[in-house]
Amino acid sequence: MSGANRIAGQGRLTPARTARFTFDGKSYEALEGDTVASALLANGVHLVGRSFKYHRPRGIVSAGPEEPNALIDVARDAARRQPNVRATVQEVFDGMKVTSQNRWPSLTFDVGGLNNLMSPFFAAGFYYKTFMWPKAAWEKVYEPVIRRAAGLGTAPTEEDPDHYANRYATCDVLVVGAGVAGLSAALAAAATGARVILCDEQPEVGGALHYDRSVTVDGKEGFVWAQEAAAKLAAMENVTVLSRTTAFGYYNHNFVGLVERVTDHVARPDRKAPRERLWQVRAKRVILATGAIERHMVFGNNDRPGIMLASAARTYLNHFGVAVGKKVAIYTANDSAYEAAFDLKRAGVQIAAIIDSRSKPGDAVLNEARSHGIEVLPGHSVVDTKGHRRVSSITVVRNGGGGKRSIAVDALLTSAGWTPSVHLFSQSRGKVAYNAETGQFLPGTYAQDCLSVGACNGTNGLQATIEEALAAGELMARATGNDGGEKVELRGENAFEWTGGMAGAAEGAGADTNVKAFIDFQNDVCAKDIRLAVREGMHSIEHIKRFTTNGMATDQGKLSNLHGLAIAAETLGREIPKVGLTTFRAPYTPVTFGTIINHSRGDLFDPARKTPMHAWEEAHGALFEDVGNWKRAWYYPRAGETMQEAVDRECRTVRAVAGVFDASTLGKIEVVGPDAAEFLNLMYTNAWDTLKPGRCRYGIMLREDGFVYDDGVVGRIAEDRFHVTTTTGGAPRVMNHMEDYLQTEFPHLKVWLTSTTEQWAVIAVQGPKAREIIAPLVEGIDISNEAFPHMSVREGKICGVPTRLFRMSFTGEAGYEVNVPADYGQAVWEAIWARAETLGACAYGTETMHVLRAEKGYIIVGQDTDGTVTPFDAGLAWAVSKKKTDFVGIRGLKRPDLVKEGRKQLVGLRTKDPKLVLEEGAQIVADPNQPMPMKMLGHVTSAYWSENCGHSIAFALVEGGHSRTGQTLYVPMPDRTVAVEVTDMVFIDKEGARLNG
Amino acid sequence: MRKFSVFAVAREALRGHKGWEPQWVSPEPRKEYDVIIVGGGGHGLGAAYYLAKEHGITNVAVIEKGWLGGGNTGRNTTIIRSNYLYDESMDIYEHSLKLWEGLSQELNYNVMYSPRGVMMLSHNIHDRQSFKRHIHANRLHGIDNEWLTPEQAKDFCPPLDISATARYPINGAALQRRGGTARHDAVAWGYARAASDRGVHIIQNCEVKGIRRGPNGEVTGVETSRGFIGAKKIAVSASGHNSVIMSMADVRVPLHSVPLQALVSEPMKPIFPCVVMSNTVHAYISQSDKGELVIGAGTDQYNSYSQTGGLQIITHTLDAICELFPMFRRVKMMRQWGGITDNTPDRSAIQGVTPVPNLFVNCGWGTGGFKATPGSAHLFAHLIAKGEPHKLASGLTLDRFRTGRLIDEAAAAAVAH
Ligand SMILES: Cc1cc2nc3c(=O)[nH]c(=O)nc-3n(C[C@H](O)[C@H](O)[C@H](O)COP(=O)(O)OP(=O)(O)OC[C@H]3O[C@@H](n4cnc5c(N)ncnc54)[C@H](O)[C@@H]3O)c2cc1C
Repeated sequence: MSGANRIAGQGRLTPARTARFTFDGKSYEALEGDTVASALLANGVHLVGRSFKYHRPRGIVSAGPEEPNALIDVARDAARRQPNVRATVQEVFDGMKVTSQNRWPSLTFDVGGLNNLMSPFFAAGFYYKTFMWPKAAWEKVYEPVIRRAAGLGTAPTEEDPDHYANRYATCDVLVVGAGVAGLSAALAAAATGARVILCDEQPEVGGALHYDRSVTVDGKEGFVWAQEAAAKLAAMENVTVLSRTTAFGYYNHNFVGLVERVTDHVARPDRKAPRERLWQVRAKRVILATGAIERHMVFGNNDRPGIMLASAARTYLNHFGVAVGKKVAIYTANDSAYEAAFDLKRAGVQIAAIIDSRSKPGDAVLNEARSHGIEVLPGHSVVDTKGHRRVSSITVVRNGGGGKRSIAVDALLTSAGWTPSVHLFSQSRGKVAYNAETGQFLPGTYAQDCLSVGACNGTNGLQATIEEALAAGELMARATGNDGGEKVELRGENAFEWTGGMAGAAEGAGADTNVKAFIDFQNDVCAKDIRLAVREGMHSIEHIKRFTTNGMATDQGKLSNLHGLAIAAETLGREIPKVGLTTFRAPYTPVTFGTIINHSRGDLFDPARKTPMHAWEEAHGALFEDVGNWKRAWYYPRAGETMQEAVDRECRTVRAVAGVFDASTLGKIEVVGPDAAEFLNLMYTNAWDTLKPGRCRYGIMLREDGFVYDDGVVGRIAEDRFHVTTTTGGAPRVMNHMEDYLQTEFPHLKVWLTSTTEQWAVIAVQGPKAREIIAPLVEGIDISNEAFPHMSVREGKICGVPTRLFRMSFTGEAGYEVNVPADYGQAVWEAIWARAETLGACAYGTETMHVLRAEKGYIIVGQDTDGTVTPFDAGLAWAVSKKKTDFVGIRGLKRPDLVKEGRKQLVGLRTKDPKLVLEEGAQIVADPNQPMPMKMLGHVTSAYWSENCGHSIAFALVEGGHSRTGQTLYVPMPDRTVAVEVTDMVFIDKEGARLNG
Repeated sequence: MRKFSVFAVAREALRGHKGWEPQWVSPEPRKEYDVIIVGGGGHGLGAAYYLAKEHGITNVAVIEKGWLGGGNTGRNTTIIRSNYLYDESMDIYEHSLKLWEGLSQELNYNVMYSPRGVMMLSHNIHDRQSFKRHIHANRLHGIDNEWLTPEQAKDFCPPLDISATARYPINGAALQRRGGTARHDAVAWGYARAASDRGVHIIQNCEVKGIRRGPNGEVTGVETSRGFIGAKKIAVSASGHNSVIMSMADVRVPLHSVPLQALVSEPMKPIFPCVVMSNTVHAYISQSDKGELVIGAGTDQYNSYSQTGGLQIITHTLDAICELFPMFRRVKMMRQWGGITDNTPDRSAIQGVTPVPNLFVNCGWGTGGFKATPGSAHLFAHLIAKGEPHKLASGLTLDRFRTGRLIDEAAAAAVAH
């Protein structure tokens, strides 16, 4: 048998199918289908971890996702290591390495355990009251110590080699939870023909049927029926059944996030399979059948290993065939926990006693206990426990005092009652309502198209649950227009009674006591901490939660929230619903980052955009820079050249001969329609109705506030057709901006906008020999200077393919921009290049483009402007129509501050030392010797070495800049102060002769 | 007020912590106050504290519709820094940072201000130009902010991936060493305790539903869910709902209310030593004292008052984080949430007088106002007491949107936290 505590004939695992794993280096045997928790318990291991604050020894509390204590580190190999895994849900696979957490040097001897001795000092919120002296010590001394002691597992340090998948799905009815209720609802919904998704977080369906063995449905054992029902559903075309799949978040409009664990339980997973899969489900209707979670009893030292939930012990026995102890006591406040005693007793385990805090337990369970010969102590409580690494005895008293006795045990099962799982309902923004009779928060007002059924809805009784679920399944399916099928009927019997119980501190842990009665195990929050919070004025449950950290651990308070609330209510002297629940926040259980992002990583994180000529550029040695998500050729160094040398050469060559430049990334928008010119009149500061077809013009676009938003050359292809260009980074923004105005402000205009950025490859040919280079390749366009002057556009052919040929320049040289359909980009580029190369021209990149345009005084929107610059500040007054009565930004431009003297204006700068290149971003002052804080006049926006000028050049935004020409200003750098002279912005060919050459 | 200290805690430890008093009291509202502050976040509570302490005005109520600190103060990711671009911003954030440095002692409440450094990653030439501009402006204003090479950045934050093969390789970083984080709840509670101690009334679960005006248009009090409460002056500081409240006095403020989301991972042992922000990849991250990775990014794209997070936004936040720190892909998200931020067109706050006599406003702190809490509160108290802004806040007028004298930190572009 795998593990001494495995009981022959019990449980549903197959004894022959074993797997080996290690825990803290020691090897153990498990059965296939075991969780780490069940396998450890089978081997008699109860001590599994240490708590967060006091580092107290902790064991396994539950058998499910609510587990607060048994958090472990699971590793497949060095890179596939996962901290903070709940041992109660992680299935064992052969070869897995499990390590305990939050202890040093070892689990059994943990130095951090000293904190437990100091615990009177470490009361809730103590850190707010101390560690304040001396001032600097918080960050230097106290905080590092606290940080080291806190935290749980250790983060992975290697890149995760696994991959994750994503599925978008829609369905008529999504059923969450596949216990009796969920299965019934799914069966009824599926029978109508509705498209159903049924998910459950466990490996097998069945929910409570895992442990409740007395249930029968349609005469079969419940668990067996459940598997058959799931198989039947899975075989239906309209149904998807997902196991190991947790619904973790219920978002707006019935959008539910599921995470499916695909390979974490497999010893040798198919490497092609994802580790986990995210399901993003949009459901027309949702049925929540998420069940209920048992609460523990709150009493002194209730946290020792070996103390667990009664239903958990039943799961370990009935499903895994593991007895959690040899001599077991039960401490309960409701009838349901008796079933654990009966099951264990039947399996041959000694039951020391059932301690029932109620004086009147239910007759049925009392009688049954008697028939088993189990001692029941009604009106008694467990008030203390002993045992270091595992509980060894419990102290029992009669309520109200007296009858104290100690009972030796090696396990204690507790149950304070059941909390309906309203997490997802609550996430959906539904409002819970408190049922004073049952002491439960139940779904009250729904906010979305969903229904709760079964235990999560507070429904009691098996047949009632089945009927409610069947009705809900059918109702929801019919509501989505499915009317096929027959009525499903099911007959269920013998479920245990799960109502009743208590919330809050039990006997011996009341207001006058100072015992450690834990409510939140992981965060070490005790009943007395809640009372302290209230004493200190924390009267809102949210304050109490934050002050004590109750419910803020990785289990999000699945066991502790109601206890905390009850104790708060009692201390405040208010009713529970008056105090109210804290917000339930997604996710229900923690979700792997990798699953959430799934494919969005590496190359797919943000796909790099490449131009049609990219491959050529790469082959010719270009280095690239990121501009937005484009990769742009930056410069083309030759062997042995530095960047500066390469750029100098490119700059020289373009002005002396010519250069070829890939301008494909510029944004392009086709603006078409009878009102196209009028529309552009409104979008740009310039006048467009005066632009003749065949001509182009530089345009400036403002935001409503009057500041420059984008710029670009616009060509008029025909009366009703414009070819608009934008900055590279601005393309999507400008398109949106135009669409926005077209649809909201100017809907009367007949205009259509089409983004054509990627439709055109653009090859700029610039320099004295530009015409000579392209002339033989162009057909159907007279490109002589007279017929095709600067700022013209024509349609024709180049290299036999259609082109929109622009005569324009961003260098100050005569030049062309050849637009061809993107697919022909590289071929046309190569043809042009062949001519360019023989004539001595070069290919140049963005760096040279930047220098050349700066030499000529052309600005780059976004570099020389920053959203605070008007066209006037930028020296572009000429581009603002004086005749137009309306365009976007016209009103903003008139605001007092935009027309006042002394605004920051764009100017040129020359350093007194011509060799010195300023730093872009450097600040400018009039008096470098003034004290701090200095009065800054502006900053350097662009700065380059200009090989063509033989000195450095720069642009700057400077207060009152346009009237400072000739002034000396200063740029104070950390190591020296640089003197500069304010100039105009054109450093080359001020008359513009070269443009028209 | 009982002083907090290690000795007090030790003494209480011996008697089961039975001797602590409420940190603040919640009295029944008076008929009238000299000043009513609407909004019990850090800014409002802090302003009440400084009104009492520095201006001797103690007949003050802070009115909060829910629980104090439950707005953005208790939802934010607590990044603190002062390396903004414009003089007006530098003035106020640096004033605030200086107050942070002594706040625990000032309030006798450990707000856990932890100057462990805020590092902004530069990924391209544009980032570098922009960061250098900040660094030089900060230096000449007397604020620390330094440029790091990629290797220096990795030294400062070892988990950083500085490989050249990354989608957006790192070409440097700007580091403000005095920047860091603090404990958000402690800020609200610390101010509440200190203000309450000076006689300020803290009134929770009381929603302001209207503003009553006198014959000359001046304010006379607020209509609340607990009845009318009179006031000689009203100061509105209710992040997320400022435009709603100001409209009760017929004042329009240029605010967009937009959700901002954040999330934390499960707690882990220390792995992340500082705060890292990336504008280009678009996310930011730090690790709390409890060990959770605290992660956020930009706002949602649409105006809304919903504090529920959505999945698609955090997906983009997390893919950015995992791109910068691929080792975190196996880490798990424990909790996600959102808060409503009030954003102005220029992404700088508004603090000043309004067209309505005796009505003052402090709003528009957007996605980055936690760091401003002590500074803003301090200057807001001055404004309320004197009726005119303090010199350090004199640029934050409401009027600037009319005149166009903007303080455009958005243009200066950083994820503004
Ligand atoms: C997810 C997120 C992350 C953030 N990260 C950072 C960060 O890292 N660094 C940073 O500096 N800033 C950050 N911020 C911004 C920061 O949180 C806020 O700017 C700041 O906390 C605002 O403080 P406050 O006191 O003005 O507002 P709040 O704390 O929001 O207080 C306003 C209060 O007004 C109350 N109120 C509203 N309406 C009424 C009414 N009618 N009557 C009475 N009371 C009312 C609200 O309930 C609320 O408590 C973040 C914000 C969010 C949402």
